[in-house]
Amino acid sequence: MIPAIVVFIYLAVVLYIGIFAFRKATGKERAEDYFLANRSLGPFVFLLSLFGTNMTAFAILGSSGHAFNNGVVTFGLMATSSALVIPLTIFLCGTRIWALGKKHGFMTPVQIFRDRWECGHIGTVIFFVQAALLVPYIIIGVMGGGTTLHVISGGLVPFWFGGAIVALVVMSYVFFGGMRGTAWVNTFQTILFLVFGAIAVVVIGAGMGGFKSAVAALASSPATAPLLTRERISPYYFFSYTFIPLSAIAFPHIAIFCLTARKMAQFKKTVIFYPICIMAIWLPCVFLGVMANRVQDVPAIRAKVEARRVLATQGRAMPPEQRDILREQAAGDDTLLLLLQRFAPLWLAGLLGAGIMAAVMASDSQILALSTMFTEDIFAFYGGKRRFGEAVQVQTGRIFVILLTLFAYVVALQAPESIFELAIQYAFSGYAALSPLIIAALFWKGSTKWGALAATVWTAAAVVAVAVFQATVPAPAPGVTTVCATIGGVEALARTPGGTAVFGFMPVVPMVVGSALLMFVVSLATRKPQAATIEKYFARGA
Amino acid sequence: MKRLLLTLVVIALYVSHQDVWNWRKVYPMAFGFVPIGLFYHACFVVACALVMWMLVTFAWPSHLEEEVEGRETKKEDAR
Repeated sequence: MIPAIVVFIYLAVVLYIGIFAFRKATGKERAEDYFLANRSLGPFVFLLSLFGTNMTAFAILGSSGHAFNNGVVTFGLMATSSALVIPLTIFLCGTRIWALGKKHGFMTPVQIFRDRWECGHIGTVIFFVQAALLVPYIIIGVMGGGTTLHVISGGLVPFWFGGAIVALVVMSYVFFGGMRGTAWVNTFQTILFLVFGAIAVVVIGAGMGGFKSAVAALASSPATAPLLTRERISPYYFFSYTFIPLSAIAFPHIAIFCLTARKMAQFKKTVIFYPICIMAIWLPCVFLGVMANRVQDVPAIRAKVEARRVLATQGRAMPPEQRDILREQAAGDDTLLLLLQRFAPLWLAGLLGAGIMAAVMASDSQILALSTMFTEDIFAFYGGKRRFGEAVQVQTGRIFVILLTLFAYVVALQAPESIFELAIQYAFSGYAALSPLIIAALFWKGSTKWGALAATVWTAAAVVAVAVFQATVPAPAPGVTTVCATIGGVEALARTPGGTAVFGFMPVVPMVVGSALLMFVVSLATRKPQAATIEKYFARGA
Repeated sequence: MKRLLLTLVVIALYVSHQDVWNWRKVYPMAFGFVPIGLFYHACFVVACALVMWMLVTFAWPSHLEEEVEGRETKKEDAR
C-alpha cells in the first residue's frame, strides 16, 4: 500500500500545480489566456511539456507491453521512426503554425483551415472527425491510470477506482489551470519520468543480477531468442510504422501546443532534443519489457508467458473467442509495473510508480485541446462568443472538460482492448491520414476546401472500415493470416493476429496515400481560394 | 544547393531506418548486453538529433520570425 500512498501524494502535488496556475491567471477571463497560456511559454517549459504531451500511457505501458511480446523491434518500430518524423514535422509545420497563430490570432487547426480555404461547414466536418479520433486517446489515459494504481497498490485499489481518481485529478487541474496548468504539470511529469525512468533501469537491472546474464539467457533459449531480433515483425509492417508519427502534427493538441511558444526560437531546442528525449524514455521501457520475459518468479508474468505459449502452439485449433481471452491474458501493459513491484523497495516503487503515472496522465492536453476546439470551432464560430462574451466561452470550455472526462471514464470501464491496440487502430492511423490537410494548407497554394473535405471523409470512412473489418473477421492464431481478398494472386486484404494488412502493409499506409491523393486530385479539379487569401499565406512579409 | 543537400540527408536518414540487414541478428552485442539491432537504432536516434541540429542551423525559417516580429513592432508603435 506504501507505493499507492506515494502515488496519491504525487497526485496531490499535481493538483496543487494546476490550482497554482489558476491563481497566476488573475483578472478578466480571456480565451487566449486559458486555452493558450497567453502564447507565453518559455523554451524549457515548451520543450518538456510538448514532449510530455506526446508521452502517454501508450508510450510507457503500451511500449513495454508490446516489447514484452514482440521484442526489441518495438524500439525501431515506434520510437526511432518518431525520433525522425516528429521533430521534422515540428520543424516544418509547427513553426509555420506558430507564425500564423501570432499573425492572425488562430487558436485551433480548424480556424486555420477555415481561413486558408475560405470554408465554414467543411471546417465543422473536420472538427467532428478530429474530435472522434481524439476521444480514444483520452480513454487510453484513464485506462492507463486505472491499471497503474491497481497494480501499484497490489490490487487494493480496483481499476474503476484508480481510473476515477486519475480522471478526477486531470479534470481538476485542466479545469482550473487551463493551458498554463497543463504545461506546468507536463513539465513536472516529464522531469519526474526521465529521472525515475533511469533509476528504474538501474534498480531492476541490479535486481535481475545484471542485464548481461539476463540477455544471455534470453538469447540461449529458442523460445525467447527472437525477442532480441525483429523476427516477429515483417519488414512491410516495420516500414508501415514510419507513417504513424505523421499523426503527431495532425493531432490538435500538438498543433495547438505549437501556438503557445513565446518566440519561434523556442522551437530550436525542441526540434534538436526531441529525439534524445524519445530515446531516454522509450529505450528503458522497451528494454525492460523484453527483460521481463526472464522474470519467471512473478506469477502474473509467468501466466502471461504461458498464455502466449498456448496461443502460439494451440491457437490454430481454438475458437476465436478463446484466442481473444488468451490474448488478453498475454497482454503486457502492466509488465513495467510488475517489474517495479518485484525488484524495487516499497518506497522507491511508489516514486517510480508516480513517474509512470506522470506519463500515463498526459491525456490532459487532449482534454484541453478538445475543449479549445469545441469552444473556438463550434461555440465561437456559430455565434456563442458574440452573444455571450468571452468569459462565458471560457466557462463553456470548462464545462466541456468535465463532460468529456466523465465520458472517457465511463467508456474506459467498458473498453476490452489493450491500451496499445486501441491507440494504434483508431487515433494514430486516423490522424496520420489527416496529416495531408495541414501539409497542403501550409505548403500548397493549389489546395482547396473540397480536397480537404475529400481527404477528411476518406479518413473517417477508412477508420470505420478497418474497425468494422476487424470486428467482423476474428483475429487468427499467431503466425497465421486470414486472406479476405486477392488481386492477381496477391493478398490484397488480410486479417492478421495484430490487425489488418493491405498488400502486406498496415492500413495506415493506404490511408495516408489515399488521403494525399484525394487532396491532390480533388484540389486540381476544384476552384482555388481567392488570390488575396493565397497571398496572405504564401507571400513573404504578408 | 544547401536545401537540396539537407533534403538528401533527411531522405538518407529515412532510408537508413529500414535496416533489413540487422533483421535476424542478435550479435555482436554492444556493451555485452544490447543486441546489435537495438544498438543500431539507438545510434539512429543520435543521428536524428544531429540532422535536426543541421536543419535548425542551416535551414531555419527566419523569415517567419521576422514577419511576426515586424508586425509586433508595428503594433507596439501604433500604441
